[in-house]
Parts: sequence; C-alpha cells; structure tokens
Amino acid sequence: MATTHRPATDSGPPRPAPAGRRSGPAAPPPSWRSRLHRLDLKASPYAYIAPFFLCFAAFGLFPLLWTGWLSLHRVDLLDPGVMEWRGLGNYTRLWGTEQFRTALLNTFTIGVLSTVPQLLMALGLAHLLNYRLRGRGFLRVAVLAPYATSIAAATLVFVQLFNPDYGLVNWLLSLVGVGRTDWYADTWPAQIAVATIVTWRWTGYNALIYLAAMQAVPKDLYEAASLDGASRWQQFTRITVPSIRPTILFTVIVSTIGATQLFGEPLLFGGGVGVSGGSAHQFQTLSLYMYELGWPSRQLGRASAVAWTMLLILLLIGAVQLLLARRGRAGQGR
Amino acid sequence: MRPTTRARRRAVPVTTALTLSALLLTGCAGGSDADPATGAAADGGGKVTLSVGDFGTFGYREAGLYDEYMAAHPSITIRYETVQDGQKYWDALATHLASGSGLNDIQAVEVGYIAQATGTLGDKFTDLSKAEGVRADAWLPWKAKQATTAKGALIGLGTDIGPMAVCYRKDLFEQAGLPTDREAVGKLWSGDWAKFVEAGKQYQGKAPAGTFFTDSASGLFNAALSAESQQYSDASGKLVYRDSPGVKKAWTTAVDASRAGISAGLRQFQDDWNTAFSNARFATVVCPSWMTGIISKYSGDPGKGKWDIAQAPVASNWGGAFLTVPKAGKHQKEAAALAAWLTAPEQQAKVFAKVGNLPSTTAALAQPAVQNATLDYFGTTPTGKIFAATAQNIAPAPIGEQDGTVKTVITDNGILDIEQHGTDPAKAWTNVTKLIDDKVNG
Repeated sequence: MATTHRPATDSGPPRPAPAGRRSGPAAPPPSWRSRLHRLDLKASPYAYIAPFFLCFAAFGLFPLLWTGWLSLHRVDLLDPGVMEWRGLGNYTRLWGTEQFRTALLNTFTIGVLSTVPQLLMALGLAHLLNYRLRGRGFLRVAVLAPYATSIAAATLVFVQLFNPDYGLVNWLLSLVGVGRTDWYADTWPAQIAVATIVTWRWTGYNALIYLAAMQAVPKDLYEAASLDGASRWQQFTRITVPSIRPTILFTVIVSTIGATQLFGEPLLFGGGVGVSGGSAHQFQTLSLYMYELGWPSRQLGRASAVAWTMLLILLLIGAVQLLLARRGRAGQGR
Repeated sequence: MRPTTRARRRAVPVTTALTLSALLLTGCAGGSDADPATGAAADGGGKVTLSVGDFGTFGYREAGLYDEYMAAHPSITIRYETVQDGQKYWDALATHLASGSGLNDIQAVEVGYIAQATGTLGDKFTDLSKAEGVRADAWLPWKAKQATTAKGALIGLGTDIGPMAVCYRKDLFEQAGLPTDREAVGKLWSGDWAKFVEAGKQYQGKAPAGTFFTDSASGLFNAALSAESQQYSDASGKLVYRDSPGVKKAWTTAVDASRAGISAGLRQFQDDWNTAFSNARFATVVCPSWMTGIISKYSGDPGKGKWDIAQAPVASNWGGAFLTVPKAGKHQKEAAALAAWLTAPEQQAKVFAKVGNLPSTTAALAQPAVQNATLDYFGTTPTGKIFAATAQNIAPAPIGEQDGTVKTVITDNGILDIEQHGTDPAKAWTNVTKLIDDKVNG
C-alpha cells in the first residue's frame, strides 16, 4: 500500500522543475541526481523490506529447499555428508508403509476431533463475550489464559486427569456409571484425550479473534433485527456468522495448519512411548512419525519426505478451502 | 487486468532481491565454514576452561570431584551441564557430533549408544588409549572393549557398570509362601530366566490381593536378553535379531510372563511405575546396581527394610557409561587428562561412596570400601559383594549400531502392545519385524 501511495505524494512538489526543463530549448539528459532520486524512489522500499526477506531466505526458504533435496536421498543423521540418490523412492515407500498411513489417519481424526469443537465453542464464547457483561475485561483475559499456558505444563496436568487408575476423568465417569476407560492404551479414548488438550488450549484464542471481528459488525444491524422480532439465536445465525465469515475462514485455515503439525501434545501425553504415539501408534501424528524417523531411527532423508508430504497436504487442503470459500461467496452473491 | 500486470512487474525485483540475499547468505556461510577455527589457541594467561556434558547422575559434582580437580590444577576451570533424559541427551549429542559444533570438551555416552559412537561416529572422537594417565587394562576387559573401534582406538573411558541382580520384597514373598532368605531366593531361579517365570507362577497362585510377581514384561525381556551371548547383532555388527536364539528366548520368556499374568504390565521409568513402588504392587524388579537408588526413592519409608537383593538367574550387565573427548573440542589434551582422572579407580570409588554408581575398573571393584558396602535402605544386605561378584562374571554380547532402535520397537511396540491390548504374540512379532524393517533400512 505504502509503496503505491508514496511516489504520488513525494513527487508532488518538485513537479514544476522537470516541466520547466522540458520546455527549455535543448533538453539535457536527466542528471545523475534525478536518476539517483528516481532510483531511490524505486529501490529503497525493497531495501527497507530486505531484512525480512533475507531472514526468510536464510531461515525459511533455504531449509525448505534443502529439506526437499534431502527427501530425494538416503541420508544418515549421524553422517549427513554422505547422500545416496533415491529419487522419489522415499515418497513412494511412505505410501506403502502402514505406520505412515496410520499416522496420516490419526492426524486427520485428531484434527477433526480438536478443530471442530474448538471453533464451534470459540464462536459461542465470542458471541457471549460480545454482550454487555460485568467484568468483561477480566473474562476476555481469562479466556486467553489457557493459550498462555505452556504445552508442557498443560499436558502434564491432563496426563494426570486422564490417568486410567487414579485420574479425575475416570472418577467422574464412574459416578455416572461408565466403566474404566484406558485413556492411554485404547485408540479412540487416547485420541479424544489428545484432542481435548488441543481444544482446551486454543478455544480462547480463537474466541478472541472472533470477538474482534464481531465488534466490527455494525450495531444497527442488530437493532433493526431485534425491532423485526429476531431472537438472539436468529441474530447470531443470520447476522453475526455471515458478517464474520472471512474471519471464520481464517481460523479454519490456521487451525488446520496447527492440527496437521500437531506434535507437542501427543508427544508429552504419551510419556515414554510418546514418540511412537503409544505402543500401537494409536495416537501418532505425522509430525511424530517424522521425528521418529529422523532422530531415533536416523533416517533423515525419509523424515524430510514426510515433512514435504505434510507441506503438500497442507497446500492441498488450503486450496480446497479457498475454493470452497470462493464458491460460498459466489453463492451469497446470487 | 491492470492490477495483475502491476503485481507482476513488482514481483521481478522481489525475486531478484531474494536470489541476491540467498546468494549473499550462502556465500557468507561458505566463507566461515572454510575458515579454520582461529580461536583454538589457549585462553589468555594459560587459563583453560573445560566443559563436561553428561546425563542423569554421574556423581562427579556430588562427590566434589570437579572442585578437587580445579584445586589441584589452578589453570583449569570446569564447566558442566547435565541433561536428565538420557535419550534426549543422545539425540542432541549425535546431531552435534554429526555437525561438529555445539560440543563440550568431554561428552558422556551411554552404553546403549556406544556402538554408534565407535561405528559411524568413530572418527569424531579422539583416541584416548595413549592419553596421559590412561591404562586400558585398568577396566574390566569387556568394558574397555565396548568403547574400542574396529581400528583399535579407545574412544571412551568407562565410568560405571550395571551388574544385574533381582530385588524382591520379603514381605510379599512371605505372604505368598515363597522363601525370603536371599540365598534361597536366588536358588529358586538360579541358571535360567524361565525358572524366574515359574517362580512367578508359584507366587501368583497365592499372591496377596492386587499384587503381581514382577513389574513389567519388558523389563524381564531386557534382563533375560542381556544374559544371552547373541542378542540383536552379530560380532560383525550385522542385525540378526530375527533369528537370534537370544532374542527368541527372551521374547518367549516375556510373552510367557505376560500371558501367565505375573506382570503388572507397567512401563519402566514412567509415573505409574514410580507410583506402583510405593503402593507395593509388585514383588520383584530386575535390579542393576543403579536400580537400588530408584527403589529407595520411590518405595520410600514404608518400603524400608522390606526389600532384599538376590542373585539374578544369570550374571549380566544393564547400563553404564563412558566419557569421550570429541575431536571438535578446543582443548583435547587437557580434556583427556580430566577424563582419565575422573574415571580412575580412586575417583570411581569416591563416586560409588556418594551416589552408588558401581565402578568399572578392577582396582576400584576390589577396594574394601566397595566390597563391604551396604545400603542403608536395604538393611544388612551386602550390596557391594553381590554386585561386585556379578560384575566379575559378566560375558557381554556384541552390540550393534541399531540395537537401541530394535530394543525400543520390541519392548514398546511389541511386548507393551501384548500387555496393553492383548495382541496375539505371533501377530505382535510380525508387527515388530515390519516396524524394524521400516526404521533400520534406509
């Protein structure tokens, strides 16, 4: 934005000078000074943003490309100088590996189990916070508290809560007659437990983003709606949700990225068998599989292939989401 | 139309800037890499700072050895950093070694990883066999051999070892009608770990409610395997776990124990396992010398005087470590001297007295202070004699580079899976071989 506005305002005052020169009889070629000036106008914005792109190139782009290059080779973590060409072999092998498919499926199921309730709850929470409440400032800070907690601390607490033998969750369930659930060893309970930690941490964060968007919705819309006799629920579904649609899309994308890269929660939740996501890989995510391949198993090339596969999956999901959003907008226009 | 063309025109300089910056940065990196380390000369005034990296409890700080060394060598300052988790420590160390940066002057290596250190990483360590104050024959022969590369370089100086016994609860044994005298208990299973499982079935028949004979089938697997002359790899370092009689035998033992219901199904070194000590949920735990510290910590006051130690069915070793001097260090000579001093018999005896790590040098093992040692928590049990005697009888098997990976898969994804999910052992074994193939074959 700034780059397009700047030349217009900057070149305002000196305009008469070139005009005068042009009207002169023998127009000399533009002086080095004006050339320098023009160069300054054109080039300096790039110089200003260069630090970011330099850092990005060094710490973002280069590792990304290097990982891609590694993923085409067989590389031992302990001897990374020796690279043996594999072509796409690492990728094709991934799809033939049962553990990879399990991890992919787990990432998806845990992602759905955490993202969907998380965003729905955040939306509801934001709607409530949007009302005039006493102690609103405090409540808004309070919803953000879980996000400010470290993953390690939060997970350690949840590990205690979900302990099959003396955890609070099983105790509460036993009060309503549900038998002992093994939250560590059984697939669905373990995935639900991991998803709960994620949901707990991110709901407040998303709620605040929604709240910010809701505050921008014109108040008179609500007034008009309530004059027409619309209930609170109708106001929520007919005004609030459509008005903050772009924000919802944003949070969906960000949460999807987060869910695809899920690592810390299952790792810590699994304790000693966290890296393999439980004894039967019941909650191993793609990131954990990547880590397990790269570090304990020393297969750097194949771990890189997992990393790139994750990136491609994310790009694919992102493209689908954008497509759906665009179609949704088109539908709205109609 | 218009915005797109403008955007495209703008994109050209951006990409140029990106390429330029990428070139600049890689150029810089190349330059500094090519530069030899210029700061290698000794620090000003002849002062040398040595850094030591280790994990868990090595006992050097606790026994005051760093201070003692610095007092005797005024030109040397020692800095140390300790990581609690041994696996994380090694993961980081392996990466640092591979890249040749971020290393301390002295790095400890656990016996489970020593084959990777002597193998793929062998060139990254200095040969300590000719270093000042090092005599390779000071150690138990197998201990020194484990840290020797194929080319004959001694890259690690032995610290402690973990000769194995079985710790058992006298009170639970008595209630289940088993003998409680440590000689009689040792005879119960002497010679074969399968007899240990039989004793377990006997125990379980009359067991006090809610208790199990042993803590975990995986622990039993490790114990049974460590007594075998062939484990995961053969003498040339090739993985042979699939047909290894040792692995087969240990697997069968562990599966038997799990199916007979004599194991509490816990995973060792986890919270649940720690808690189970204080709740007296199991009667025996396979007990390398360092395990005594864990028992006294987690069984606590209620368990004091109730534990005793019997000989294991077969003498074997579990655990122990080495001190290495990476070549990337700036002061290799001084570091080697310090490592040699720290692992010398006198210092090993001091560490044993302070934290109970059993010495790996023959001279230290023979010292009366070690031989006559008892542990307060275990009453009159002659712990020093039991462990030192076992140490002399150990005949360890060859270790391969991938042994750690194979062991983790077998115990965590094989046996634990059988215990937790009741998976059919044959199916669990197929699963294990599949997982190992995936991990080991690049």
